[in-house]
Amino acid sequence: MTALSTLDRPAGEDSIPARGPVRRLSSWLHRHRGARLAGLLSAPLLWLLVAYLGSLAVLFVSALWTVNSFTGDLVREPTFANFRTILTEAVYRTVTLRSLGVAAAVTVIDVLIALPMAFFMAKVASPRSRRLLVIAILTPLWASYLVKAYAWRVMLANGGPVDWLFGGAGNGPGYGLVATVLVLSYLWLPYMILPIYAGLERLPDSLLEASADLGARGGRTVRSVVLPMIVPSVIAGSIFTFSLSLGDYITVQIVGGKTQLIGNLVYANIGAANNLPFSAALATIPVLIMVGYLVAVRRSGALEEL
Amino acid sequence: MTLSRGARWLLRGAMAVGLAFVYVPLAIVLINSFNADRTFAWPPPRWTTDWWLRAWENAGAREALWTSTKAGLGATAVALLLGTLVAFAVQRYRFFGRDAVSLLVVLPIALPGIVTGIALDTAFRSLIEPLGVGKGLFSVIVGHATFCVVVVYNNVLARLRRLGGNLEEASADLGADTFQTFRYVTFPLLRSALFAGGLLAFALSFDEIIVTTFTAGPGVQTLPIWIFNNLFRPNQAPVINVVAAVLIVLSIVPIYLAQRVSDTAAGGRL
Repeated sequence: MTALSTLDRPAGEDSIPARGPVRRLSSWLHRHRGARLAGLLSAPLLWLLVAYLGSLAVLFVSALWTVNSFTGDLVREPTFANFRTILTEAVYRTVTLRSLGVAAAVTVIDVLIALPMAFFMAKVASPRSRRLLVIAILTPLWASYLVKAYAWRVMLANGGPVDWLFGGAGNGPGYGLVATVLVLSYLWLPYMILPIYAGLERLPDSLLEASADLGARGGRTVRSVVLPMIVPSVIAGSIFTFSLSLGDYITVQIVGGKTQLIGNLVYANIGAANNLPFSAALATIPVLIMVGYLVAVRRSGALEEL
Repeated sequence: MTLSRGARWLLRGAMAVGLAFVYVPLAIVLINSFNADRTFAWPPPRWTTDWWLRAWENAGAREALWTSTKAGLGATAVALLLGTLVAFAVQRYRFFGRDAVSLLVVLPIALPGIVTGIALDTAFRSLIEPLGVGKGLFSVIVGHATFCVVVVYNNVLARLRRLGGNLEEASADLGADTFQTFRYVTFPLLRSALFAGGLLAFALSFDEIIVTTFTAGPGVQTLPIWIFNNLFRPNQAPVINVVAAVLIVLSIVPIYLAQRVSDTAAGGRL
């Protein structure tokens, strides 16, 4: 293209303002703040409200239905029968408490492992190794969930590496509740390390120096300065570890042995038993727990850390 | 921070043990894919590369890989569009219900996957299927996109917060209209955040199994579902080992790409 042809080119969208419909729309949008906002929000809200909240609403409504035990057909008459069953039969209480226990244990284990690692990464390691360590923590996050659960199935197999480490077949934990907690902690560990690391990185070193200048030793500084500052990060991480553990049924099937969590019951009732309403009623348990948790931590600023 | 030598060594030790905890299982899978023995005998008695050839020729695995790719691309496209729109609305405007909107975006990953899965399944069964539309790849994409919006949203929001609005104001002062400003100023500044968010969204979708189980039609098998279906078949174990090993090796690719384009070592926010 020659210089001349560039000069000859009519006023295009690139350089000189045109007075076309685009320009008019642009200035109209500029004047109408509400229209801009509506344009931005309508598509995503339509999707999230219709596809997601709509589905959740259908879920809650169908939790009030029942299934005719002879024909297997849905009976679309509202009744609290499913919830009554869940509240009265001991097995559901046991499974709910076990699921809560597993989710809590996984969260605590991940916090205990993640804190020193994130602290080392953010405050001790050199900038160069810091970057490498972040990559090292992130890479397994991209490896498939199933692959990692499967890796532990291999690790924990009878006579596998873990047994071998403990000195022979049958000496390791094998498959079961302990294995489930262990593997879930493994799977969600990066989700805890990363927010804590991000929180610690934002924590200014001068604050730690000030604490030392005022006479606090390392332990005291960690207790009185570091920990209070990273509470939102820990809570943000715990939303992942807790929620992901609460809903899991795949890992339980892979390494859990005979262990049952809420997820398994939901899955079994929708699959083998073909009792969708009862599954829906069971699924409201983790929803209530998580919504309660989210509401409880809302003011901590954790949701902005996600 | 002034740490004693002992404390430093303790932290270094914790880091090393933690990294070993993270990487040893993955290494075991890699090693096991060369294990000639069909069972999990440890340490492996003999070595072979046969399984790698067998896995390469496995039609089911290949087809599942292709399905996963299509679902991932579809979900990522939807998530990029919706996530960017919400991020702009939440960052640039103050409006009634702003907090509710940001909570709504987070909710699909904050609630357990099984809830999202069963909710979409129920809605499909009772509302969409009676209209004659069955579950298929489309319903998988809808399900995946719903929880992928948040990662794009987070990445774009973080970038917008850091950018502020000065450059766009300058662009407007120089006579550019809204669309020109977006095309020549805002979009180039957002590009790497969009890339990081899109990459994360694709990875989330590619890896998702619980929501997929509930939203996939009978003929739709993504890679995780294929792996899971074959996991407990003893004669498939060697092929599964290889597919798992490949996925571990491939996990380096997104990290590498994110490193190339993004200034954050993390390559984006979750």
